Amino acid sequence: MNELHATLENAGIAVTILPPLPPGEVWQIPSQDWGQAAQIAQSLKWRWSAGWGEEIVGAQRAVPRYRVNALLAKPGKYLLLRTEVPQDNPQLPSQAPYYHAADRSERHTRDLLGIHFLGGDTRRWTRHRAWEEGEFPLRCNFPVAGSRQEATPPDVAYPFLQTQGAGVYEIPVGPVHAGIIEPGHFRFQAVGETILHLEERLGYVHKGIEKIATGRDMLGLCRLAGRVSGDTTVGHAWAACMAMEQATKVEVPRRAAFLRAILAERERIANHLWDMASILNDIAFTFGYYQLGRLREDVLRTNGKIFGHRLLMDRIVPGGVAVELDNAAVRYLDREIDRLRRELDELVTIVDRNASVGDRLYTTGVLKVEDAIELGCVGYVGLASGQDLDVRRDRPYPPYDELSVRVPVEQSGDVGARFWVRYKELRTALRLLRQLLERLPDGPTRVDLAVPEEGAEGLGIVEGWRGEIVSYVRFGPDGKIARFFPRDPSWLNWPALERLILGNIVPEFPVCNKSVNGSYSGVDL
Amino acid sequence: MWRQYLKILKTGIPTESVRKILRDPEVERLGAEIKRKIDKRFAGSLSIREVDAGSCNGCELEIHALNNVYYDLERFGVHFVASPRHADILLVTGPVSRHMEEALRRTYEATPDPKWVIACGDCAVCGGEFGSSYASLGAVENVLPVDVKIPGCPPTPAQLLAGLLKTLDRI
Repeated sequence: MNELHATLENAGIAVTILPPLPPGEVWQIPSQDWGQAAQIAQSLKWRWSAGWGEEIVGAQRAVPRYRVNALLAKPGKYLLLRTEVPQDNPQLPSQAPYYHAADRSERHTRDLLGIHFLGGDTRRWTRHRAWEEGEFPLRCNFPVAGSRQEATPPDVAYPFLQTQGAGVYEIPVGPVHAGIIEPGHFRFQAVGETILHLEERLGYVHKGIEKIATGRDMLGLCRLAGRVSGDTTVGHAWAACMAMEQATKVEVPRRAAFLRAILAERERIANHLWDMASILNDIAFTFGYYQLGRLREDVLRTNGKIFGHRLLMDRIVPGGVAVELDNAAVRYLDREIDRLRRELDELVTIVDRNASVGDRLYTTGVLKVEDAIELGCVGYVGLASGQDLDVRRDRPYPPYDELSVRVPVEQSGDVGARFWVRYKELRTALRLLRQLLERLPDGPTRVDLAVPEEGAEGLGIVEGWRGEIVSYVRFGPDGKIARFFPRDPSWLNWPALERLILGNIVPEFPVCNKSVNGSYSGVDL
Repeated sequence: MWRQYLKILKTGIPTESVRKILRDPEVERLGAEIKRKIDKRFAGSLSIREVDAGSCNGCELEIHALNNVYYDLERFGVHFVASPRHADILLVTGPVSRHMEEALRRTYEATPDPKWVIACGDCAVCGGEFGSSYASLGAVENVLPVDVKIPGCPPTPAQLLAGLLKTLDRI
């Protein structure tokens, strides 16, 4: 942190240190230095984690301006860089030349807020045709209902990279895919079966989450956050609540923190089981698919029985949790851990000893360590390619500050590594779950939150099952939300698919895609 | 290899009777009747094409569960297909995002007649948590004619199964 500060000052960048936003420090810099600051941070091995823009109006600012944020990270440290640009000339240098991860985020900010990042990719990202170029939905004067009366035409003119040459052909896939899966478009350039280039085009499930969050109360925001990506409902709800609790300066009761972690680890267990099952399904090992799918269903049924919702939606609420565990329920959950471990021991031995499974998983879809660093990958995608990151260990939040989290790291970066990292995380989650149940403290499960003052803001960072989730909340008048930005780990992991698929054959795409399993809804917002 | 066979034998057949899943004698009666109807009218096989038109992916998780060993939807002769051209029923989730509007229409047009549309989940039924906005058209019926609605956020596999069986009863 000091090194970065000194280097920025030496480069002539004026850094204003603002009040911190735990777990992050906040520094404001002039907008013309936005790109250079990124270059310096990148050279000092800071990771680019999240970026978003805001329009600040009302009592908080006499002359409306746009604020641009970029969250940088090193293990255990977060730094929120900020700058402001005037409304009549909203432009600044891009950070994307130094941080690949900033690319889609900056394009998203431009499409929704009209801030131009000079030197970055000028193509649209989130915008298709639901609103016109020159209209910016996140600006305060843009009506929530929009202005389009007629049907929305398809976005046919997106400038994909074109390849030419003998034997090169193009395969367009999506938005409607063959399976029960979210919509998105993939554009392959191939020679024979070998993939030369893949370009993702997302944004199909853009639902205006950031816009419809404005004006909500805390509980309403929590419900919305729980639906940013349905498979990560606990993770996003926790991150959003953490941000709101920080803005209102409230600490949740210890029992509530433990119960939140129980929910989060159960979400991790169910999703990792399902991903492992689906990876095996994509290589036609249906035995593994149905067996692991059975275990996942067992976990979901227990969720339904004990917590009242199979996917655990709306169990986390601002100030605590909306669930309670009696002794019988604790015993029930504890017995399930033993049963799962026993079953996993048997199944994993079978999977591991099956040579044809190994044939398909190893050396397929390799994400090189240097690519993972360049793209800033997190979660199992990062861990499988040498990125030793886990918020629960590096910057622990209650109750993980009382527990020790073992983090599995692999270097080979193939589908197999991502499969086994999930398995090891699953075993860690089972161990954590047992500790959480054993040490579950007594006490209240929820506290009331005071109405926050206008302009109060908070940052929530948790380790979801896909990796690091960042949630930013700023309040407007009367305790209503003025700005909400959830950064799903998929923002950082989707670009990895474009890299790791190169040189593989087209039929390996499903298993490569599944091994990354990015959320479409989580990035389209 | 013997470990795999041993595990298969030990696991047995966990598929549950409709009575156990739904605890509703009415639906079980439907189950038997529908099997007969599908056998007679659809030559034993009814095809569903799932379309995510903007969902948060919660509904997809539960729709997937219908295919797991406990629910085993295929035992009724119902299965999910990869193309709308092979489908009898479109199972649509999500509020319809404006960016998916045209893709959803085209999927509907690609589905041969006779066809039925099920709106699956609160968002598809009424717009749910997202409602209508500059980015979302809300309920599926704002875009396509809807035959059956299955509410829930997301609907559980049992609710999905009951909804599907009721749809088939109407056909």
